[in-house]
Amino acid sequence: MTRTAKKARKKTVKPRSAKGPLLLVATRKGAWLFQGDAARRQWKADGPHFLGHIIHHVMLDPRDGRTLLAAASTGHLGPTLFRSTDFGKHWSEAKRPPAFAKAADGKGRSVHHTFWLAPAHASEPGVWYAGTSPQGLFRSEDGGETWAPFSSINDDPRYRELMGDEQGGTPDGPVLHSIIVDPRDRAHLYFAMSSGGVHESKDGGKSFAPLVEGMEVVEGFDVKNLAFHDPHCVRLCPSDPDRLYQQNHCGIYRLDRPATRWTRIGKAMPKAVGDIGFPMVVHPRDADTAWVFPMDGTTVWPRTSPDGKPAVYVTKNGGKKWTRRAAGLPASQAWWTVKRQAMTRDGRDPLGLYFGTTSGEVWASRDEGGRWSPVAQHLPEIYAVEAAER
Amino acid sequence: MKVLIPSPLRSYTGASEVDGEGSTLRELFADLDRRYPGLRFRMIDEQDRVRRHIRCFVNGVQTFELAEPLAPSDAVQIVQALSGG
Repeated sequence: MTRTAKKARKKTVKPRSAKGPLLLVATRKGAWLFQGDAARRQWKADGPHFLGHIIHHVMLDPRDGRTLLAAASTGHLGPTLFRSTDFGKHWSEAKRPPAFAKAADGKGRSVHHTFWLAPAHASEPGVWYAGTSPQGLFRSEDGGETWAPFSSINDDPRYRELMGDEQGGTPDGPVLHSIIVDPRDRAHLYFAMSSGGVHESKDGGKSFAPLVEGMEVVEGFDVKNLAFHDPHCVRLCPSDPDRLYQQNHCGIYRLDRPATRWTRIGKAMPKAVGDIGFPMVVHPRDADTAWVFPMDGTTVWPRTSPDGKPAVYVTKNGGKKWTRRAAGLPASQAWWTVKRQAMTRDGRDPLGLYFGTTSGEVWASRDEGGRWSPVAQHLPEIYAVEAAER
Repeated sequence: MKVLIPSPLRSYTGASEVDGEGSTLRELFADLDRRYPGLRFRMIDEQDRVRRHIRCFVNGVQTFELAEPLAPSDAVQIVQALSGG
């Protein structure tokens, strides 16, 4: 553990409330909220909300502790966003959801769905960012009621070359994700595109520059071409905001700023498991501790747990060593995986970890991954899980 | 004019058939969006294109043109394609 992290660990442990964490679960057929008890042993289901809607992400605003945003679409209708300020008792639709600027030639892009929701800096109440498919960056300054294109990247020809259309990119569409605001500086932003690389702004989004040095691409492709870079999930360590972790299509990486070269720490993973996966979770009080959920990235990319044996892997020394954490999970014949937004943690001590599976199960650990137990089964395919405090 | 609303959009209108006004399909959708805020964007994207799984019929004839002229006596049907799982 770094010295900074040790100091932060003492300062930032959240006091236990009478209630436990609230899990916000987004699925292919609706959203569910799971309220935990203080011991995090019992979970009460509240849902479905928006049954039949594809819910891509649900987030609670940590600044006011009551505004929920849900990114929604259906298989047929255009995308939208819903808001609630009473934990889902009532929802209202955003007046102007994220949408690209209209192109004069009629050939402009249209937002297929909002994929990623991120509250802005703590000093900017009511401000949110959103990433979409196809890739676009949007901002709301009124708590998610109205949205506008943010920055110049949506229409910048250099960025448009990297951005796919509805038919391009990843199997579920090309996405802009991992929108990160430096807690020390609201003008310091990161985002990632799958595909299209990791990008950084130091001027509040006026301009962005690629941050991909050291990242690998699929064998045989040109590492200098940003379009071939496929970060799956990037996380900043709250206890040491100069440290970033990344789960990529081609490995697990760490970057300690101000350096600009990513180090592939996934090479320390067991060879039989590999270092391919979607989610990345970092400890809020210890920048040396992070978790991943590996998947099978061989041959045609089955995107299942390697050998049908799901497991979380943890590092406690910044990626030098990884340890398997599978107690309580199925020992074999479990062919699901965990998507990039579907693994998260709470802020308690010991830390609670949570993930949702492509087969509709939610799993929880009260001891930082030591033992896992199911919260829910038989839900639709899970796209995102967030842990909030109410 | 009478406008038939598909079931996925009835959360906006509360009815399967509503009244609307306009001399073109574009004006009709603008009128419907004033009456039922948010309805238009679910059917028409930000580039003014009818979304892929939405179909519009005027007096039983399919059209993709928002400039399609309308008369007060016309009947407009909005249909959502049925597909997927």
